[in-house]
Amino acid sequence: MGRTLAEKVWDEHVVRTAEGEPDLLYIDLHLIHEVTSPQAFDGLRLAGRRVRRPDLTLATEDHNVPTLDWDKPIADPVSRTQVETLRKNAADFGVRLHPLGDVEQGIVHVVGPQLGLTQPGMTIVCGDSHTSTHGAFGAIAFGIGTSEVEHVLATQTLMQARPKTMAVTVTGSLPPGVTAKDLVLTLITHTGTGGGQGYIVEYRGPAIEELSMEGRMTVCNMSIEWGAKAGLIAPDQTTFDYLEGRPEAPTGADWDAAVAHWRTLVTDDDARFDKEITLDASTMTPFVTWGTNPGQGVPLGGAVPDPAQFEEESDRIAAQKALEYMALEAGTPMREIKVDTVFVGSCTNGRIEDLRLAAEIIKGHQVDPDTRLLVVPGSARVRLQAEAEGLDAVFLEAGAEWRGAGCSMCLGMNPDQLAPGERSASTSNRNFEGRQGKGGRTHLVSVPVAAATAVRGTLSSPADLVPAGSTLGRGA
Amino acid sequence: MDRFTTHTGVAMPLRRSNVDTDQIIPAVYLKRVTRTGFEDGLFAAWRNDPAFVLNDPAYADASVLVAGPDFGTGSSREHAVWALQNYGFKVVISSRFADIFRGNSGKSGLLAAQVDEKVVQKLWDHLDEHPGATVTVDLESRTVKAGDGPNAIEDSFDIDDYTRWRLLEGLDDIGITLGHDDDIASYESTRPSWKPVTQH
Repeated sequence: MGRTLAEKVWDEHVVRTAEGEPDLLYIDLHLIHEVTSPQAFDGLRLAGRRVRRPDLTLATEDHNVPTLDWDKPIADPVSRTQVETLRKNAADFGVRLHPLGDVEQGIVHVVGPQLGLTQPGMTIVCGDSHTSTHGAFGAIAFGIGTSEVEHVLATQTLMQARPKTMAVTVTGSLPPGVTAKDLVLTLITHTGTGGGQGYIVEYRGPAIEELSMEGRMTVCNMSIEWGAKAGLIAPDQTTFDYLEGRPEAPTGADWDAAVAHWRTLVTDDDARFDKEITLDASTMTPFVTWGTNPGQGVPLGGAVPDPAQFEEESDRIAAQKALEYMALEAGTPMREIKVDTVFVGSCTNGRIEDLRLAAEIIKGHQVDPDTRLLVVPGSARVRLQAEAEGLDAVFLEAGAEWRGAGCSMCLGMNPDQLAPGERSASTSNRNFEGRQGKGGRTHLVSVPVAAATAVRGTLSSPADLVPAGSTLGRGA
Repeated sequence: MDRFTTHTGVAMPLRRSNVDTDQIIPAVYLKRVTRTGFEDGLFAAWRNDPAFVLNDPAYADASVLVAGPDFGTGSSREHAVWALQNYGFKVVISSRFADIFRGNSGKSGLLAAQVDEKVVQKLWDHLDEHPGATVTVDLESRTVKAGDGPNAIEDSFDIDDYTRWRLLEGLDDIGITLGHDDDIASYESTRPSWKPVTQH
């Protein structure tokens, strides 16, 4: 019988297998950041161990870093200590680090792909659950805890039980204005936050193949939000075109050898998945969340649901609690929800294509006077590229804030936080209680919805905007 | 890591599903560079509510947490496990754990015991009737027990064999893996030359 893509990549990395034990899996790339690594390096020191493969390890500063005054010392002493600890650990153990101010600094999941370090058929781990992003290239990529970070540093391997496999087939094509983000939010509401648990998921079908690498990364990024171990997409010409010429991509004969191998990384026709889900992209519309987990979503054209309509008691209770926290009434049309802050950024939607799309929609409009728009590039490279294309000017002219690179308001470890009771429309990945700041209320949205919402001040899609320059209906 | 065989302790009911790791410990509490001192961040937002179960004196010495399904979803932060342990919890019982949280628990010596949803409900009801009651979690026999007499609760829990063995023996994963150094070196010698490196 044939094998799935995930099984092929897994099998290629098994160092050791034994009855009754998890597989010992080789790790091709270990990404590191300041929050989940200090205790791991300490563990190495205590045991007198070294980093086995510094040449397969890369560190960057992202979670804590300020997006204003990033050329000055970090003001928050605790954040500064954590960042300085990473710098010391990287120096002591010989790990390559892209610190704040470096042109390659940025969110770890934006940096890996943009350097060309993320390649098909690899195993990639990081002490961050959104490591699943790298699956867009046909890699097995997943988040790990700090104990496992230490394990990988010391051994370049991980003990992992072989997951089950699932296919998510997305047929048809996404309608215009509907994005990869809407696709994955629709999927998560369909499956619930635990639906992918125990599975490596392969996203496939025409709608997936039509996505750009950025769109594929958005889909794979949110695999963890429905509980999947990892999510991946078979590499194809789109993948190879994205990679060719990147700083760490193979060249010459190595490139040819790599591509020849990558072309074999597809699920065989006679392979069997343990589970299959099929969705139709052509019926999808802009999709937003109303609750406090990413599975609590509705189409933008819908309304806040009535908790009584959920079949399961636990869902009813969860919905009731979510509405209380979000200060929402059942039946309220989503488009009537007033938003204080719009955040465009994160490892989900902070890449250059996202910023281009946001700028295209916002160009010629003004941000609503009662709304704040924060645009945070995913990496310093993305920021520079955007500035070279004049996107920063578009945002600034519209009244938005243009910031330095980092995780920023996705999780509010730096000063970019919501105030208690403040409501956001956010292109990030989690709407958990307090995620973007204590008492903050988050609606997860796509980039086009974020941009249109910033202009109108209520949850909106670009279709709701009066064309820029038109005198009809504006200022009335 | 300390060996874990059996534990009896005051059990605290947490009647919530989808308790994500941002709720267990919010991001602003993740800035420490040690494995200790995270107890202040445990359920930080919910603790502001005087009626939150953690503030109930009956559970002051709680060491077993009984939670709803999908416990530990979201962020991979092992700090969530440390916060529970730093506070004094030895065991979390739930009908479903997120993968990364369960993995992190096994590595750090917190027992994540997966039971049927009905068992969680029975334990919740028992604990509501007897606040401060204890629950016994026996890793050897994979059982949870609470109460006496005809209403006593006794049921089995799931944990994978390998994690159970490691917890029972108190073994260090890295030490085990380094014992396979020859296998790792031999694997490394077969990696294609075009695989990327971060240092040239």
